[in-house]
Amino acid sequence: MTIDAEQIRDKVGSVLDKYQRDKGMLVSILQDTQAALGYLARESLLEVSAGLEVPLSQVYSVASFFRAFSLKPRGRHLIDVCLGTACHVRGAVGILEAIERETGIKSGDTSEDMRFSLETVNCVGACALGPIVIVDGKYEGEMKIDRVKPLLASYD
Amino acid sequence: MVTLTIDGRTVQAEEGAMALDVAQEKGIYIPTLCAHESVTPYGACRLCLVEVKTAAGRERLVTSCLYPVEEGLEVITNSERILRNRQTIIDLLLARCPESTVIQDMARELGVEKSSYHPEDHGNCILCALCVRACQEVVGVSAISLVNRGVEREMAIPFFDDSTACIACGSCSYICPTSAITMEDSGGVRTIRMPNNETEFEMVPCKVCGNYWMPRKQVDYISRTKGIEPEFFDLCTTCRD
Ligand code: SF4
Ligand code: FES
Ligand code: FES
Repeated sequence: MTIDAEQIRDKVGSVLDKYQRDKGMLVSILQDTQAALGYLARESLLEVSAGLEVPLSQVYSVASFFRAFSLKPRGRHLIDVCLGTACHVRGAVGILEAIERETGIKSGDTSEDMRFSLETVNCVGACALGPIVIVDGKYEGEMKIDRVKPLLASYD
Repeated sequence: MVTLTIDGRTVQAEEGAMALDVAQEKGIYIPTLCAHESVTPYGACRLCLVEVKTAAGRERLVTSCLYPVEEGLEVITNSERILRNRQTIIDLLLARCPESTVIQDMARELGVEKSSYHPEDHGNCILCALCVRACQEVVGVSAISLVNRGVEREMAIPFFDDSTACIACGSCSYICPTSAITMEDSGGVRTIRMPNNETEFEMVPCKVCGNYWMPRKQVDYISRTKGIEPEFFDLCTTCRD
């Protein structure tokens, strides 16, 4: 999924307009940009910086700080594995390893066929249901290693 | 003006002045690594910890570089508790930057000879952001920032490779307390070495003595922002007098 420069200028332009080019809305602008384009491409950050007249170093600092932002293209489906304390003691690491085996990628990476991106989080506030795996925002509670394969198979 | 005490001494100070500045003005030493008079305080190194007790009786350990003084405040700059905390901080810094002579000296001064943690050389950068603040507040170009988070935090130019905004003035290397950024001029080229990047910049020669004396990008920046003719920079400061 590569995006061309014109598309970026277009999308970032309308996001900037929506926020009236307000520097104080940088985080929201980056969020909307990522939602519109899938990830924060280098050119997107250049456009945001120029459009808001905020130095690129500051835009990059914010974009690289928050876990929610991705500077690399992401897969069609995002898998979040909770490694918070409660999920951890209920075997989250085993689940993560099973997912890594199944997808062939490590946490933080995207599979070559762009099918999955894998990330870990620390507690999503559903500890009673741990271990928790979230695929595209959908919570899968009480995960078991043998449920990993069928779960992933349901996403193309 | 407000009246407060520092280590039992009664002093007067401007309300809202930072405790560190007030103490230093009175000749009271507090160790620091990330404070500098030319930039806003940031509270990164935590070495400037002091104990304060407000007029209302509230007692706390605070970073003096970021703590505004008020009427009736009692400040203690040196106590067993403060020393213990400073030792832990410098101990951690020493584990991070075992090769830094500045950190080694500060550790010795605080009575820490050897780090009690497993040293893991991360270069000399202590993430104090003095370079970032100088670049933004003094130079005004914001070419660098602290990027990423947690253990991956680093000072860097955008994307680790984009030095477009940098004018090669070298302020970052002058202000860096631990020499994590260095600068070298040789044969018409200035090289700025950051922990994760090295960039070369062209220097302009003086029309009279031929010495390379200022980076081209700095000349362009000053003439553009201050409305000075570029020809003004034809002569170096020595040949101008
Ligand atoms: S490079 Fe130097 S000035 Fe910049 S953050 Fe690191 S230690 Fe501080
Ligand atoms: S630890 Fe996983 S939801 Fe709280
Ligand atoms: S000097 Fe106050 S935190 Fe560094």
